[in-house]
Amino acid sequence: MDKFEKLTGIAAPMPLVNIDTDMIIPKVFLKTIKRSGLGVNLFDEMRYDRQGNEIEDFVLNQPQYREAEILVAGDNFGCGSSREHAPWALKDFGIKAVVSTSFADIFYNNCFKNGILPIVLPQDAVDVLMKDAEKGSNARMTVDLEAQTVTTSDGEVFSFEVDSFKKHCLLNGLDDIGLSMEKAGSIDSFEQKAAQARPWV
Amino acid sequence: MSPKTLYDKIWDAHVVHEDANGTCLLYIDRHLVHEVTSPQAFEGLRMAGRKVRAPDKTIAVPDHNVPTTAGREDPKNMTEDSAIQVAALDTNAKEFGIHYYPVSDIRQGIVHIVGPEQGWTLPGMTVVCGDSHTATHGAFGALAHGIGTSEVEHVLATQTLIQKKSKNMKVEITGKLRPGVTAKDITLSVIGETGTAGGTGYVIEYCGEAIRDLSMEGRMTVCNMAIEGGARAGLIAPDEKTFEYVRGRPHAPKGAQWEAALAWWKTLYSDDDAHWDKVVTIKGEDIAPVVTWGTSPEDVLPITAAVPAPEDFEGGKVDAARRSLDYMGLEPGQKLTDIEIDTVFIGSCTNGRIEDLRAAAEILKGKKVKDGMRAMVVPGSGLVRAQAEEEGIADIFKQAGFEWRLAGCSMCLAMNPDQLSEGERCASTSNRNFEGRQGYKGRTHLVSPAMAAAAAVTGKLTDVRDLM
Repeated sequence: MDKFEKLTGIAAPMPLVNIDTDMIIPKVFLKTIKRSGLGVNLFDEMRYDRQGNEIEDFVLNQPQYREAEILVAGDNFGCGSSREHAPWALKDFGIKAVVSTSFADIFYNNCFKNGILPIVLPQDAVDVLMKDAEKGSNARMTVDLEAQTVTTSDGEVFSFEVDSFKKHCLLNGLDDIGLSMEKAGSIDSFEQKAAQARPWV
Repeated sequence: MSPKTLYDKIWDAHVVHEDANGTCLLYIDRHLVHEVTSPQAFEGLRMAGRKVRAPDKTIAVPDHNVPTTAGREDPKNMTEDSAIQVAALDTNAKEFGIHYYPVSDIRQGIVHIVGPEQGWTLPGMTVVCGDSHTATHGAFGALAHGIGTSEVEHVLATQTLIQKKSKNMKVEITGKLRPGVTAKDITLSVIGETGTAGGTGYVIEYCGEAIRDLSMEGRMTVCNMAIEGGARAGLIAPDEKTFEYVRGRPHAPKGAQWEAALAWWKTLYSDDDAHWDKVVTIKGEDIAPVVTWGTSPEDVLPITAAVPAPEDFEGGKVDAARRSLDYMGLEPGQKLTDIEIDTVFIGSCTNGRIEDLRAAAEILKGKKVKDGMRAMVVPGSGLVRAQAEEEGIADIFKQAGFEWRLAGCSMCLAMNPDQLSEGERCASTSNRNFEGRQGYKGRTHLVSPAMAAAAAVTGKLTDVRDLM
């Protein structure tokens, strides 16, 4: 997995609340057996018309946001389907961090498995960052995972919380399957005990 | 010993390892797998030279992509990309030696209907699947939730999941339901009350007389949509109804093991003085048959209400409501019962079980689908379908003018050919009314099976109580 340490980049504003994973990557693109190549279809139904032409006023189609690496989004981002195709599509487009007041649980976890940092901040902080993102490509936001801060283009700093284990994995690009397999001994002994206590499982 | 919730008890029984910061390795008793969210996980195993750690606890069934029309065993009758995903699951199931119900098997169906039906889902278990509606299995008092594909790979390789414990939320539905009100109306009403992010960070336990009174099918409907309320999982404490449902199923314990299991299952309830981080109480008698008007499952109103105006909301919801109304082609103040419907879909892991089909058939008996409408029933599994045929329910649907389909997820997410066309309006027993969910620019109103049947008869969103 790619590491996430520190990022300075363009942030795109998406103030809509309840952006669901069907919006992020519609189901027609789930019929892949790969993880790559989904970026072109990120937000497909909001981004293109039926003929495949770009819809001009959609944020990521605007010239100043085409290279966006951060999204500042409305409440409850990533709700709905568990599809990991959503973070795969974001990642493939180039989005490395998403800021919102809240994220749906499964999407939040999926981000960390793909080198994307989801950042939860209070409404007033997200409001300031949304305003900053609306300034366009000249305004670059900085996300520092080690320091757990987001800094606006004007230098205003907001601190965020992140689980220490998730932070550790993301900072170091760790594959958590490998980490868990190191605990095979504990899993073996759990299975032996469980086989005694609940043999019907 | 300190008092515990049901969630606490199941959690504690499955912790393999706990780190200093509270991150746990949680053991997984059942891993359900379908064709859409698993191919990358199996490929990951292959590339790392890893095996499935517990193939006997891993159960696969294709459901999302499969056509629901005759002849689907032949891959030529699927779109090429769907056929590739189904073929990949076939291959992966064989190669890794996991339990498998192919399309040709009568036991095939939606993974969340097949699991309980075959007795794979049992009280007190941990159950995961790369699908958010895994919450369904919580109806058995199993801790069940959806995971992403990376986590699918993690569970395949280690039979565990890295988890931090959620908070405890109690949703109590007191007293009795009124006639015409169903499990679907309960679960939608709860989301209407708490919002789609109201459960974020929580595991919900549903309790109260109205929940106890529900059948297992109804309880599965309630827990199924815990995810639409944002919760990691929904739970209902097991009781005699649960044990009766489980008893004798193909993979349920038998003999002495049954007795041992039963003894443990009977300890699976929240202690009286357990701590709850959040409590929501709704009176059963206050719940009406409901419909959704917008593009979020929280956009819930009683069928007797009118379409709201964006100004009725606050904050970011004002713009969201404006966008929803535009997408749905609705005007504020319009009576919900004046909204005309093009299509009715009965099925899905929310409402594709036998009781759901019975409830719809009860309304349809001796009636016809309104001229010009499309109406479709997709049973949740081949066995539900066979039972409905045996009970004469299939004939009621067919005589009314419904299409009687084969089992699968179908128009709930429209990954197969069952889709809405642009602007087509559907009364649907599924779980999501998101933009484009049932087809590009399709318009979805979520309802109970009885309400869907009523809409099929009148051609409008209808108060089912008027037809009872």
